[in-house]
Amino acid sequence: MTMASEHPRANLQPLTLHIPEPKFRPGDAVDFAEVDVPPAGEARRPDTADKASDFIDLAYTLVRVLDDDGNAVGPWDPKLSPDVMRRMLRSMALLRAFDERMFRAQRQGKTSFYMKALGEEAVAVAAAYALDYEDMCFPSYRQQGLLIARGWSLVDMMNQIYSNTADRLGGKQLPIMYSVKEAGFFSISGNLTTQYPQAVGWAMASAAKGDTRIAATWCGEGSTAEGDFHSACTFAAVYRAPVIFNVVNNQWAISSFSGFAGAEATTFAARAVGYGIAGLRVDGNDALAVYAATEWAAERARTNQGPTLIEHFTYRAEGHSTSDDPGQYRSEGEPNAWPLGDPIKRLKDHLIAIGEWDEERHAAQDKELAEQVKAAQKEAEKNGILGHGLHQPLESLFDGVFEELPWHLKEQRQQMLDEETASGRPWDRKA
Amino acid sequence: MSDMTQAPESEATDAEPTTRMNMIQAINSAMDIMMERDPDVIVMGEDVGYFGGVFRATAGLQAKHGKTRVFDTPITECGIIGVAVGMGAYGLRPVPEIQFADYIYPALDQLVSEAARLRYRSAGEFTSPITVRSPFGGGIFGGQTHSQSPEGLFTHMSGIKTVIPSTPYDAKGLLIAAIEDNDPTLFFEPKRIYNGPFDGYWDRPSQNWSKHPAGEVPTGYYKIELGKAKIVRAGEALTILAYGTMVHVCAAVVAEARIDAEIVDLRTLVPLDIETIEASVKKTGRCMIVHEATRTSGFGAELSAIVQERCFYHLEAPIERVTGFDTPYPHSLEWAYFPGPVRIGEALKKIMKDA
Ligand SMILES: Cc1ncc(C[n+]2csc(CCOP(=O)(O)OP(=O)(O)O)c2C)c(N)n1
Ligand SMILES: [Mg+2]
Repeated sequence: MTMASEHPRANLQPLTLHIPEPKFRPGDAVDFAEVDVPPAGEARRPDTADKASDFIDLAYTLVRVLDDDGNAVGPWDPKLSPDVMRRMLRSMALLRAFDERMFRAQRQGKTSFYMKALGEEAVAVAAAYALDYEDMCFPSYRQQGLLIARGWSLVDMMNQIYSNTADRLGGKQLPIMYSVKEAGFFSISGNLTTQYPQAVGWAMASAAKGDTRIAATWCGEGSTAEGDFHSACTFAAVYRAPVIFNVVNNQWAISSFSGFAGAEATTFAARAVGYGIAGLRVDGNDALAVYAATEWAAERARTNQGPTLIEHFTYRAEGHSTSDDPGQYRSEGEPNAWPLGDPIKRLKDHLIAIGEWDEERHAAQDKELAEQVKAAQKEAEKNGILGHGLHQPLESLFDGVFEELPWHLKEQRQQMLDEETASGRPWDRKA
Repeated sequence: MSDMTQAPESEATDAEPTTRMNMIQAINSAMDIMMERDPDVIVMGEDVGYFGGVFRATAGLQAKHGKTRVFDTPITECGIIGVAVGMGAYGLRPVPEIQFADYIYPALDQLVSEAARLRYRSAGEFTSPITVRSPFGGGIFGGQTHSQSPEGLFTHMSGIKTVIPSTPYDAKGLLIAAIEDNDPTLFFEPKRIYNGPFDGYWDRPSQNWSKHPAGEVPTGYYKIELGKAKIVRAGEALTILAYGTMVHVCAAVVAEARIDAEIVDLRTLVPLDIETIEASVKKTGRCMIVHEATRTSGFGAELSAIVQERCFYHLEAPIERVTGFDTPYPHSLEWAYFPGPVRIGEALKKIMKDA
């Protein structure tokens, strides 16, 4: 190719290519002073019947309720009873305890994979409290908090993580890729953002049938780059689908910072503006703000005002997964320096500030939850752990490819069973 | 594995210094060298920049060649390939990475309708000299979306070349050839053997490339012509056609069964080395085809048809196809899915029954 210097247009100013770069890399001292954190209570709360184009400003600010002193302030305060807030706090703490234990189980060789939601517990938990139990969730892999907040069995979740005899998915899916129809929790895909248009389809179906249920979906900020995200926004806008789009902006997508998804130029909530749908940008570490925004978006959806896109501004405090070492690409100082704090601590501080909670009770609860998770783990491990081999009947490998097995799969199933015989040893190598 | 002890082939000049590499290092070296030789080569993909890729295949490349030549991309496979096509139209030679082959499907339209047809539809005005690298295959408990072998989708599409190495030596030489090639090439990397060859027994200690002759890799430039298979074990009893991880599994099974098989490592699926295949099958009179991908419409079906068309009167037994089953890749039952030593061994017995 011709070099730029010998180019016939060489007298013109040369172009340069912009490559985003995060502020901090390993070893750097972290100062998040440039992260704009508006005061709690400042953002206005439009009527749920207002037109999306009337409150575009809310896509560029942060809806915050909890201030630095643990007060709930401003028009977005959902005014929850202390009892509901205590239950939300408990769900978040349970999620953290669950993550902690299962992460460790993977490290002990008990299963192949795990992903934590550390630091972003409020996003899934508070949304679950704001939605109706009957509303349908289309999560990504980091919203196990929905199941926990909906009171789903920890043992059942662990069975899936262990691919054991009681795994409702028969060992067919990667750990944490749950599917719990009963709890309104759609089958998680390993392929990013595929759930977004699916949530729209579910919501359109619900509307077409004159149902009252709405759909909600989640993806990470990195995942908004996928085409499916944009297809979903277009469909939802066109048909005013009763759906809530949640973008969990936890700043990182494996090793890539949010700038590689467009965050240098604008917010993720602002994606909504171009599609003409309602957009809110929310402090994702503020459980009350997440609750209020979800409740508001749900109200819009239920009254046929169409979709809302909520950006949850938060931070992924742990590595991407058990296969990841974040020390390779970001400063170890980031999680602690994050200006929006720890979502559990913030709700706890609020409950303490209003005299509805105290440190002793909190410590006792943490202990109790750790015991609860430990007991669940013991129970689940009675059904086996992946590290100890196969727990499913071999022939189940072919279940679910189709409703009914065609001839060629029947043949292959027989072939597999013959292989087991030929191998001279049973393949269900339980310890 | 003692059958795979042949010296690296003549493509490398004998005087070249060599060193020990695993497959990831060999792939890294190929990109590094090509970026040094050709300022138009660029590397891009999810997490390939500062971090150096989730499998570390691009480690150090950004620091050495700069951010405008090695960079992270947004998470959109369709975008990655579409942008690569555009860069190719400008005159660059992009080497995009798709993090796992399981995530290549969003890019299908740009690959199949665009990259693969640009030369044809523009009468050569525009071409797509892009090389798409992607780790593929299972055996790592990666579940349904970190294990698939989608090569058959692409061999079915006219206009794309498909390359699959089975050793560090081949990986480097083939990748350099793919990058130099002026047509779009899919370079599928068998991730199960990134760190060492695999005999098919998941419960035996894993090996690494340091003891394998093809783990000795020239440090400099060399290439292995696309479209040339390699006979990794010469033999008379039957021909085994395989590629990627399955080359090693077959070699181990054959060694254990003491069968004088001729193992042909295809290395490139499109264009196929028909001469080597034909000569081998005509010599042995038997043909077994082994791949990890699902069976129906897999590349084995094409191989079976082509061998039948060209070698029918030399065949002494029906062609055997050994493949993964026609199911998604399961998580816990992955070794029941995997076409391992037992499946291959049973097929061997069948094809050699009347020998
Ligand atoms: C289609 C597709 N491409 C790539 C991947 C690999 N991958 C898994 S998670 C991930 C990062 C996603 O980041 P983000 O959307 O920010 O979500 P987070 O992990 O932060 O929750 C990538 C690239 C995938 N699973 N699917
Ligand atoms: Mg993220």
